Amino acid sequence: MIREPLIFEISEEGKKAFTFPKPDVPDNDGIEQNVRLRKEIHGFPKVAEIEVVRHFTRLSKTNYCVDEGIYPLGSCTMKYNPKINEVVAGLAEFRNSHPLSPVSTVQGNLEALFTTEQLLAEITGMDAVSLQPSAGAQGEMVGIMLVKACLEDRGEKRTTVLIPDSAHGTNPSSAHLCGFKVREIKSNQFGTVDIDSLTEAMSEDVAALMVTNPNTLGIFEWDIKKIADIVHSKGGFVYMDGANMNALVGRCRPGDMGVDVIHLNLHKTFSTPHGGGGPGAGPVGVSRTLEPYLPVPLIRKVDGAFRLDEDRPKSIGRVRGFYGNFLVILKALAYILTHGPKGLREIADIAVLNSNYIRKSLEGLYHLKYASPSMHECVFSDALQKKHGISNLDIAKRLIDYDVHPPTMSFPLIVPGALMIEPTETESRRDLDFFIEAMTAIAREAEENPNLLKQAPHHTYVRRLDETAAARQPILKWTNGDRT
Amino acid sequence: MSYISLSDKDKKEMLARIGIKSLDDLYSCIPADLKLDRDLEVPQALTETELFRYFDTVAKKNTADSYRCFLGAGAYRHTIPAIVDYLSMRGEFISPYTPYQPELSQGTLQIIFEFQTLIAQLTEMDIANASLYDGASGAAEAVLMANRLTRKSKVLVAASVHPQYRGVIEAYVKNLELEIIEIGYDDSGRVNESELQSRLDEKTAAFVFQSPNFFGVIEDGEALSRRAHETNALSVFLIAEAVSMGILASPGSQGADIVTGEAQSFGMPLSFGGPYLGFMACAEQYLRQFPGRIAGETKDVDGKRGFVLTLSTREQHIRRERATSNICTNQAWCAVRAAIFMETLGAEGMREMARQNMQKARYALDRLTDISGVEARFSGPVFNEFVLQLERPLSEIQSVLEGHRIIGGLALDTWMPGFKNCLLVNVTEIHTRDDIDALAAALRTAAR
Repeated sequence: MIREPLIFEISEEGKKAFTFPKPDVPDNDGIEQNVRLRKEIHGFPKVAEIEVVRHFTRLSKTNYCVDEGIYPLGSCTMKYNPKINEVVAGLAEFRNSHPLSPVSTVQGNLEALFTTEQLLAEITGMDAVSLQPSAGAQGEMVGIMLVKACLEDRGEKRTTVLIPDSAHGTNPSSAHLCGFKVREIKSNQFGTVDIDSLTEAMSEDVAALMVTNPNTLGIFEWDIKKIADIVHSKGGFVYMDGANMNALVGRCRPGDMGVDVIHLNLHKTFSTPHGGGGPGAGPVGVSRTLEPYLPVPLIRKVDGAFRLDEDRPKSIGRVRGFYGNFLVILKALAYILTHGPKGLREIADIAVLNSNYIRKSLEGLYHLKYASPSMHECVFSDALQKKHGISNLDIAKRLIDYDVHPPTMSFPLIVPGALMIEPTETESRRDLDFFIEAMTAIAREAEENPNLLKQAPHHTYVRRLDETAAARQPILKWTNGDRT
Repeated sequence: MSYISLSDKDKKEMLARIGIKSLDDLYSCIPADLKLDRDLEVPQALTETELFRYFDTVAKKNTADSYRCFLGAGAYRHTIPAIVDYLSMRGEFISPYTPYQPELSQGTLQIIFEFQTLIAQLTEMDIANASLYDGASGAAEAVLMANRLTRKSKVLVAASVHPQYRGVIEAYVKNLELEIIEIGYDDSGRVNESELQSRLDEKTAAFVFQSPNFFGVIEDGEALSRRAHETNALSVFLIAEAVSMGILASPGSQGADIVTGEAQSFGMPLSFGGPYLGFMACAEQYLRQFPGRIAGETKDVDGKRGFVLTLSTREQHIRRERATSNICTNQAWCAVRAAIFMETLGAEGMREMARQNMQKARYALDRLTDISGVEARFSGPVFNEFVLQLERPLSEIQSVLEGHRIIGGLALDTWMPGFKNCLLVNVTEIHTRDDIDALAAALRTAAR
């Protein structure tokens, strides 16, 4: 296969791909006094339009994507992204509206946001929702900021946040950003929060417990109510990471579990496209107690008209510009409205069915550290393959040879050599079986021909890349000839 | 309507393979009292046709599109070449995730690498990252980065920085015992240098300013950076209107240490405020404290060039609470759009676009301040935005403009109470002379 060059390498003097109309205002007024101007943009490409089109088209062909096949990246919920959602979010009236337009001229936008807030509140069982956070990690940060603001309001200065050892890395990072110390809670033999460790760690210095449910092992925290009681009994808050909400939609609601604050990832449960790493959206739902602290602005409906409420004295303020990733929120709204009550429950049901189907089919071939029932994802490991010198990395890379995107690797940290598989509800039986057959074949290959795995992938655009060298001597941009 | 692709037969067989009878059995691990015993109270499912009709109805309740609009203030309407939508909408760009498996993600990775290069070229900084959420959160990340680099806790922020950016900085640092001090501006609309000088000391981590600033005025970044450096503070250069970099001297050439801002203008429609595109660049020596994803070049086992996400030991999934940022999902697809945009415009187009913005804004400012009762609030040089001081009450003027189907700009006292009857007006290459003349004519009637 021929390597697609960097655009800078095909740049040539005199080429262009776009022409602006001649300015229709006098030319001589253009240059301000006392301003330093630049003469040129060194290195910027000069190419023809077809070259840009071919460049990106060729590059696109080296990407794997959900539209192409199963993408069972655990904890990322790589489900199908409905195309109609792109169409409705692309309507000119949404797309071209300026965020500071007079509210009377953007009632449609505010209605859509308001409706989404209401629907997410019902789905999560929370009392109020802010759509502002840009992605899950920012939602987590907002959640913990709300807790901090509420505690300060009560005159309490708690310093610690408890986080189970199976949590996403964003949890401790977000807590730290809010000025909290992090204390880790061990998981028990069932893969859930260890009640004794929690009880022992819980004190009046603890602001919150950040719990993911189902957790990152795909296991429902059976004791969630007891957990919430323990935390509440000492005046702490329960924060739920809603990354795995896909397992629960329509079946049960965090608000009914004693959860005080939750974030959702609209790009997971609500199918907005992941975009190669964003944009996402990370709305936050809260109980009545935390509502006064939500970011500004909130959308209000007064006498049939929508307006923005900025006058919220207890609010934590804002964590980004304007109102959130609006077009992403529209796509999530479209997803909810498409499904209705029965359809939403079916999302969870089939996501859990598909995951259990895979689990049952691969049990015995791969090691399952925790025997507890799986929800929307199951976490195997490379423990059985280790004796042939095969790691989860080798298994993942070999899957690529079967035209399948590998599962999430080496996470959660409490499962050494983890392979975290989340098929989502939209996969067909055929694609599920294809994945199972590939994994089955690889288990056999690991015994019979381990080298095949170690050298994998064999047929990709590039083969295994030297990540150590990349980090040791970073080349982070193209430079003409000499590299930095 | 549903996107489930299992047949009833599939479901039955799959349940049998698992060894359970019904879908309900999948939830036996959830305590009974936590199970929802009713349907969610959400509207009944819509078909694709009904869904389109619903959104079309809601969209039509927006009337903003029928106005000539001069709003900017951190969100700008610009040309978007047709190929930006065409190429970026490809499923291969829109439906994968973060390139954790580089062998299957070379497209995204190479584009991020090109994006980093383009941002580094534009800012004339050593390195750039793969994107941040937006300009406002980028500003907050820059402040945190400056604090980590200097281990100093005092940060000076120009009052002429976008109010939302300042708001986000405040929200981010509130819990971290950082002290934020605002530095005022003078009659030109530029940072008050003597006030800056008097506030800077060896305990100052950074001076944060924006250029063009919130009033549209172009700062003397070189002088401001020099002042900051005199007390070993970092110069943090914010840019809310990325187009300006096409013609104004770059932040790098003016001594900036960290540059961050909003690149919505590079191919993102206004979208009622999001998704937009935060970018960040810095001097290479600060790499280890740089937040966000970074793509790097390397080789595969056959010696072929390839790209990977790199330096991940800075990041939350490895470093957890000691990470340089909590960011995980960023704005990769917006960065793809921006890369297509910048590569399409090329060196010449970027310059021409910036030039036309400056030209048209100057034309508008001259025309509008010819009107009696309308004055420029500041005397400093502007890029594509400026503040008008009006004699008559702004609300009355705005309603006259509305009668002419014109949204004249942002009432500045929405965010800055001191600015009574001040209008922040934005003019880009999109505005025609006819638009500007229409605004001038309407304002002439209104200002009287």
